[in-house]
Amino acid sequence: MPIMLIVSLIAFGMIHLIPGDPAIAIAGMSATAEQIANIRHDLGLDRPLLTQLWRWYANLATGDLGRSLLLGQPVVQVMLQRLPVTLALAAYALVLTLAIGLTSGIVAALRQNTWVDQVAMVVAMLGISLPNFYLGLLMIVLFAVDLRWLPTGGYIAFTADPLGWLATSTMPAISQALLLAGLLARITRSTMLEVLRQDYIRTARAKGLSNGRVVLKHALANALIPITTVVGIVVSLLISGSVVTETLFSIPGVGQLLTQAVLNRDYPMVQGGLLIVTGLLVVVNILVDVCYALLDPRVRYDGA
Amino acid sequence: MAPEAPEAPRQPPWKAHIHRLLHHRLFLLGLGLFLIVAVVALLAPWIAPQDPNKLAMRFKFRPPDGDFIFGTDNFGRSLWSRVVWGARLSMFIGSAVVLINAIAGTAIGAAAGYFRKLDNVLMRVNDALMAFPAVLLAIAVTAVLGPSVNDVIIALGIVYTPRTARIVRSSVIVLREMEYVQAAVAAGAGHWRILRHHILPNAMAPLIVQLSFLFAYAVLTEATLSFLGVGAVPPTPTWGNIMAEGRQYMVDAPWIVAIPGVALMITVLGLNLLGDGLRDVLDPRLRIQS
Amino acid sequence: MSLLEVRNLTTAFQTGSGEIAAVEDVAFDLNPGEILGIVGESGSGKSVTALTIMGLLPRPPARVAAGSVHFDGEDLTHLSDRRMQHIRGPGIAMVFQEPMTSLNPVFTIGNQIMETIRAHERLPQRALFARAVEMLEKVGIASAARRMADYPHQLSGGQRQRVMLAIALVCRPRVLIADEPTTALDVTIQAQILDLMLDLRDEFGMAIVLITHNMGVIAETADRVIVMYAGRIVEEAPVAALFDNPRHPYTRGLLECVPSLTTERERLIAIPGTLPEPMRRPPGCRFAPRCRFAAPICSESIPALTEQGPGHTAACFRIAELPAV
Repeated sequence: MPIMLIVSLIAFGMIHLIPGDPAIAIAGMSATAEQIANIRHDLGLDRPLLTQLWRWYANLATGDLGRSLLLGQPVVQVMLQRLPVTLALAAYALVLTLAIGLTSGIVAALRQNTWVDQVAMVVAMLGISLPNFYLGLLMIVLFAVDLRWLPTGGYIAFTADPLGWLATSTMPAISQALLLAGLLARITRSTMLEVLRQDYIRTARAKGLSNGRVVLKHALANALIPITTVVGIVVSLLISGSVVTETLFSIPGVGQLLTQAVLNRDYPMVQGGLLIVTGLLVVVNILVDVCYALLDPRVRYDGA
Repeated sequence: MAPEAPEAPRQPPWKAHIHRLLHHRLFLLGLGLFLIVAVVALLAPWIAPQDPNKLAMRFKFRPPDGDFIFGTDNFGRSLWSRVVWGARLSMFIGSAVVLINAIAGTAIGAAAGYFRKLDNVLMRVNDALMAFPAVLLAIAVTAVLGPSVNDVIIALGIVYTPRTARIVRSSVIVLREMEYVQAAVAAGAGHWRILRHHILPNAMAPLIVQLSFLFAYAVLTEATLSFLGVGAVPPTPTWGNIMAEGRQYMVDAPWIVAIPGVALMITVLGLNLLGDGLRDVLDPRLRIQS
Repeated sequence: MSLLEVRNLTTAFQTGSGEIAAVEDVAFDLNPGEILGIVGESGSGKSVTALTIMGLLPRPPARVAAGSVHFDGEDLTHLSDRRMQHIRGPGIAMVFQEPMTSLNPVFTIGNQIMETIRAHERLPQRALFARAVEMLEKVGIASAARRMADYPHQLSGGQRQRVMLAIALVCRPRVLIADEPTTALDVTIQAQILDLMLDLRDEFGMAIVLITHNMGVIAETADRVIVMYAGRIVEEAPVAALFDNPRHPYTRGLLECVPSLTTERERLIAIPGTLPEPMRRPPGCRFAPRCRFAAPICSESIPALTEQGPGHTAACFRIAELPAV
């Protein structure tokens, strides 16, 4: 995975791009010379650059990403606590995104140029044009403050109380899913329209297959191939969006953790957290490529 | 029905494109929305002469009315002034990010696509930067650089330039193999001349489409950064800052959040419609590709 | 009684500039076991005619503006979707021009043949498989049982067209419509596929509508021929009569430059000018602007088909004045 080598190099280099002395940036203007020297020593900033680089990779190899300055715990340990929260929420939102996005995209394609299509595409267009914190804020006002159906924020782990998890996760998940479903619906629609024009769809009809079978088997199996790529993008956007959603709904996940780390200049946490999250996304993209090959025999056989 | 003839390598027929754009209703709607925001931004000193940061506690929480058409916020600042000056900042940041992308993205993409030796190195770094989740990378970069408008522009430039470079690179790779380019090579034309006269003009269509969507992403992401408190520092009147400050008064003074939100949506919607229209006309085959 | 009776068929397409008839007033009969050739340049309306019969044109923009297609006593132009699905396959089947793109790339050929049977008959899985293999053998695929698990991209163009034939024929249709079935294939493969179709016609006793722009293919296979030009039938004749005594100037033009099977892909027309697009068809005889023998009357009204001999009709005002062939 050469990509992870470069990703980790970028994460390492980040702290050295801080204008001026990173130790001063961390300690703040009012820090004493001694405090600054301590920070410099703790982070290894007093050693030659190559030594720092060597130690960064040596530590990475043993799974050591340093300690959070703010929390005093190892970065990996903090991330392991917070990741399940973010991943559970992302999974929930992904399921909703797929359900809404695929269905409305397919229906819009089948009813091309009818009012159904137009309504779906206007909603999808609004979806990709809204910032997700805006929708989240509107939902909080409506469902939590006015209607009091759901809590305004907070988080209950699924393992502790499944229903509580559902209550606390539903609004965050929907606020992300509605917007991403817009993206997915637009692409599903254009892909389906493209596929429905293909010769093999005409063949399927000429064989006397029912409309349902033509669409759900012959068209969808082909449309899913390019859509898979988009699902990879959606996952990346969900993780990006968790920064906002978790801050908005006070959910103790990775997004909130890293936002706090940035605001408090907890550089080891930012470095390590970013590296882990990006590593996860690289894995997701590898999985997407595997799905791609599973769905498309042409790739499967060429690759084998 | 006759099969479509394969398209010849084209010098963009700009007149025909403009004609088709002028008949593309959604494009015109998008252009209109965008122009409204752009004109408001340009005219800010004249249409919103009141200092957007001027505190006037006796006017606080005034709902929209005849005196304050957008109402006031918790410090009695005129929301009209703040939103209008926010538009100016959004437009400035968006344009700057587009400019950075147009220059750096084209340079990197063209170099990688044209010179095979550079391709590997440039695209490895490019792909690594693209592997980071966009907003997370942007907040990490602002954490490193600092929370000013210029730093936000640099952060968004770092996040989005690799994406633009990749699109330019794909076009250049295809164009490089075209017969008329090969003919120019055979005729002894220099690299610079080939890139400038034969390749880049034909790589413009996908680039222009990308840049219009990029403008939208830049505006959205900037708002997100300020909303999170890692963008331009308050009291700088950015839409994200206004909404972040108004958030706690959302129930009693909903206009503080709602108005900048609608402004943001109009801008991004306009740009997305603009981008869709440009894509329909300039590059109908352009879709999300791996 | 004929198997298929097409009467006054007019198919129109809704376009930005109004409705345009792609096929006008087409009529013909197809008898059991017969091979009817439909010949014409691309754009002459042959494929639209075939797709109209199959009910495979997207509606909208297409619609049957007039006429009827009777198959087995039923008018196909007024059938429900569901009823039409039962006709496609066991009643009328179709093979297309592009074997490279007409098979679904993500399913095995076995799957694609078996689902055709499954759409029309209830059979246990084993019998389905056996029947599909048998059909693949009939169309000349070697070691058919093993090829069932192959994907289309693993087959050559000729093999794919054989598979398309297997899909079309596996429900024993009474009519097979073959739209340029050999055009996309290599010359040697073309002859094999045509021979195969003739053999299968003899074995299954079905009627074939063979659509082509290639007079050589017509000469070798068809019993009867329809010549189409710009959406209309201009001549119909038994194959021998057509080649010996073509009546319409357009047919004569076509025959003056019959390509042999070896020079297949070239444009075959030595007639000056090009086929008019559907929206730019001239008034009167569609062929008049390109016709050596055109007279003023030719651009005033559309000539009707008139009797020229047994089973031989042609639509031309100037037939009497034409020089002998």
